[in-house]
Amino acid sequence: MNQVPVPHDLELQLPLPEGLLKILLVLLFLIHILFVNFMVGGVTLSFIFEIIGLKNKKYDALAREISGTVTVNKSLAIVLGVAPLLAINLAYTTYFYSATSLTGIAWMMVIPAVTIAFLLTYIHKYTWDKLENNKFLHLTFAFMGLILFWTIPLIFLSNVNLMLFPSRWTEVHGFIPAVLLQNVIPRYLHFMLATIAVSSLFAVGWFGRKKFDVNKHLPGFSREEIKYNFYLIAFIATLMQFIAGPLLLFTLPVYGISITVYGFILLGVLAAVLFMFLVWYEIRDNKKTIGRFFWTVILLLTGTVISMAFGRHYYRERAIEPHRQLVETKTQELYWKSEAARTRLRMGISKEPAKSAGQAGFEKNCAVCHAKETVLVGPSLNEIFELYEDYPEGIVEWSKAPEVKRGGPVMPSFAHLGDEELLEIGKYMLKAAAE
Amino acid sequence: MDFPLFHLDFIGNRMLIALTAIIHVIVNHPMAVGAVPLAALLEWIARRRNNPQLDKLAYNFTFVIFIITTSLGALTGVGIWFTTALVNPDAIGSLLRVFFWAWFSEWIVFVIEVCMIMVYFLTWKSMSLKHKSRHIAIGVFLSFFSWLTMAIITGILGFMMNTGNWVPYIREWSANSGLFTAFFNPLYLPQLVFRTPFALMTAGLFFMFLTFFFTKKEDDLRHKTVRYLSAWTLVWLPLTALAGYWYWKSIPSFMASNAPIAMTTQDYTSWYPTILVILQVLVIFVILISLLGIIRSRWLPRVVLLVPFIVSIALLGSYERVREFVRKPFVIKDYLYANGLRVDHYPLYKEGGILPYASFVSTSQVTESNQLQAGQDIFMLTCSRCHTVGGLNSVNKKFKKLFPNGVWKKEQLSSFITNMHNIRPFMPPFPGNDRELDALTAFIIENQDRNIRVEGAQTAGFTKNE
Repeated sequence: MNQVPVPHDLELQLPLPEGLLKILLVLLFLIHILFVNFMVGGVTLSFIFEIIGLKNKKYDALAREISGTVTVNKSLAIVLGVAPLLAINLAYTTYFYSATSLTGIAWMMVIPAVTIAFLLTYIHKYTWDKLENNKFLHLTFAFMGLILFWTIPLIFLSNVNLMLFPSRWTEVHGFIPAVLLQNVIPRYLHFMLATIAVSSLFAVGWFGRKKFDVNKHLPGFSREEIKYNFYLIAFIATLMQFIAGPLLLFTLPVYGISITVYGFILLGVLAAVLFMFLVWYEIRDNKKTIGRFFWTVILLLTGTVISMAFGRHYYRERAIEPHRQLVETKTQELYWKSEAARTRLRMGISKEPAKSAGQAGFEKNCAVCHAKETVLVGPSLNEIFELYEDYPEGIVEWSKAPEVKRGGPVMPSFAHLGDEELLEIGKYMLKAAAE
Repeated sequence: MDFPLFHLDFIGNRMLIALTAIIHVIVNHPMAVGAVPLAALLEWIARRRNNPQLDKLAYNFTFVIFIITTSLGALTGVGIWFTTALVNPDAIGSLLRVFFWAWFSEWIVFVIEVCMIMVYFLTWKSMSLKHKSRHIAIGVFLSFFSWLTMAIITGILGFMMNTGNWVPYIREWSANSGLFTAFFNPLYLPQLVFRTPFALMTAGLFFMFLTFFFTKKEDDLRHKTVRYLSAWTLVWLPLTALAGYWYWKSIPSFMASNAPIAMTTQDYTSWYPTILVILQVLVIFVILISLLGIIRSRWLPRVVLLVPFIVSIALLGSYERVREFVRKPFVIKDYLYANGLRVDHYPLYKEGGILPYASFVSTSQVTESNQLQAGQDIFMLTCSRCHTVGGLNSVNKKFKKLFPNGVWKKEQLSSFITNMHNIRPFMPPFPGNDRELDALTAFIIENQDRNIRVEGAQTAGFTKNE
């Protein structure tokens, strides 16, 4: 690890046990990402259905219903993102902050980009009737939002990826090189497919719920048809994960791989296979009963997601572990070196000759602008000596109410020091100039 | 500061934070804390007077605040985390360790607030027929949570100024010792009492502004609503003025107890009286506008309504300086300086220099040949969190003010830098050793007449310190 920077860490202890913090991070992050999936997937599906709706009106209504769910899901995605953000700040301070610094511009742009994306979704949602006859413009709003929603995850992904590999930090100047690290694109693909699958399942549940009046909101559709369509989308997207998943796994830099990681991933894959079977069974059984296994399907997918999340977590832990130990050592080293320096200082102070009150006061209050011979901000002590020789009281008077004498900043009043201290300082100044 | 150094040499790092925070406060105070109770009140009046038009108008107001708070408002809130952490990871990382549970509680209240605003707005129409009173109750409940978020945040900002009896132990957590006293510091109450009527008052002005877009000129509804809103604004004005004055009066004693030297600096004596002037200007404008709104709403041009907002921003901004003044030169009192360096490490840096302990800069020692590069690295490590080389708040301009004439001499600059913390008590002392001070002054002098900018790690990356 020759080129690897090994910084020292913050020395304050974590506010809660590290294990608990990390479990909190993994779980809170999953909840956050669930709503991110609903949001990004919702925007995507809505856009696609609106295009299909150009020919077949009933899909336009479906697109509109989906965009209605985005309003709530996107706000939950944001507010639920704060806690994992703080948790990752705490749990991986050195790594997370280094990655965000190195991709600082893109990272900072997340804020305006999400704001604009949200405003575009609002425009899109609330102009649905007004722009009924100008679908091109209406779709343009949706498309611009879509581009932002598809770009922003890439910024996050490139960051949480970059933080794992301190050995690559020296190569990275900004966002683009961070994206081009070997496994970011497969990771992105994996994430986007999951987004489609998860938001489709959300649609199965949301439009399939008993309270939802299909005839009223989605005329021309039957409940079964809706469930069938979204199940199918989820199925296809998940099927593609069987390509994207291995692609991601095998492009992952080897540092973080361990038996535990493989174990969790295999467990996740197992749940995913069962999930696929069940969804397939539901689709084939395209009858009135479609969706009767919905909650089992969700349970299996939850199993997949949690296993994968922990697999990912153990990969991260393993990947940075060696570096983390170096950082730990460095932090300890700095602590002891610093302690030693403080001790030396404490011992050294007693050897220094004691300063007079005037000298101490001068150094504290005046030395910044006045030196013995050189003209700094204000005149030199030699000049002052010529004005006030044997008359330190004059210095006291002047420094209580200074006036403008030459160019440059005006001297502030030092009246708050009191006459006594000022006189000491004045005497010292004259003495120093005379020496 | 042992992180890659993000740095914006044009607008400066502090400005990035300030912009985000200002936008956030402008959205938060009038459009969330103040606006929700007012919207609920209008909804209630509409119901009592059986006025569906007014209800529709209140709905439209809520629509606007819903759109703005859930996009710009929420995102700038998160943006404060993004920008502060980018600019000073040591500060945010440490503060987060100290105040984690306070922030965590704040987050829970925040989640509730966001859910409530969605429920309030999105169910307005569907609850209109049967459950109107329940809907109004949701509005009242939401008002309380918006206010609570502000009340907690005010406390958090308070204890960031003054960490109370908190004593940082290395690797030993004892953060809560002074939490309570720090939270309820002497400025807490004046601040909260000021912010509350201020938010309510500005909400009135904001809705007045919106009224002009949602109603027609000859409409009776416009006339009535502007009168209601003017009356509302006038009700909160005296409280805002009194609390603002109280807040202003509390500043000196608070300052004196925290940083006595800050009181005597030129900066302080110049900005402190201006707060009162700005407050007076605001009061006069609000009186004029509200009276005009009550007497002749027709004569009230909507552009004028923007003026109090601009004045409000100036007012809030000046109050915020209290925080800057009291806290500096520290981020955490006696523990961490504003430059992101630990107070405890200063003796070590003074001995051997700061460069050997920085992992993300290209030099590790000052040598004959690397003076300027080392100087730039030292600038980045010790000055760049607050200053730029040639942009806003640049060291260049600072020194030009001090030494307007001639080519700068090393002695002038180094004498200033060595002692600056004494006369500029908000500045941390220079941490490096003499050779580093030399390199830093060489770097600054070299650029006295050059208009250069220094790139941060986000564009330039970094070279490993060997």
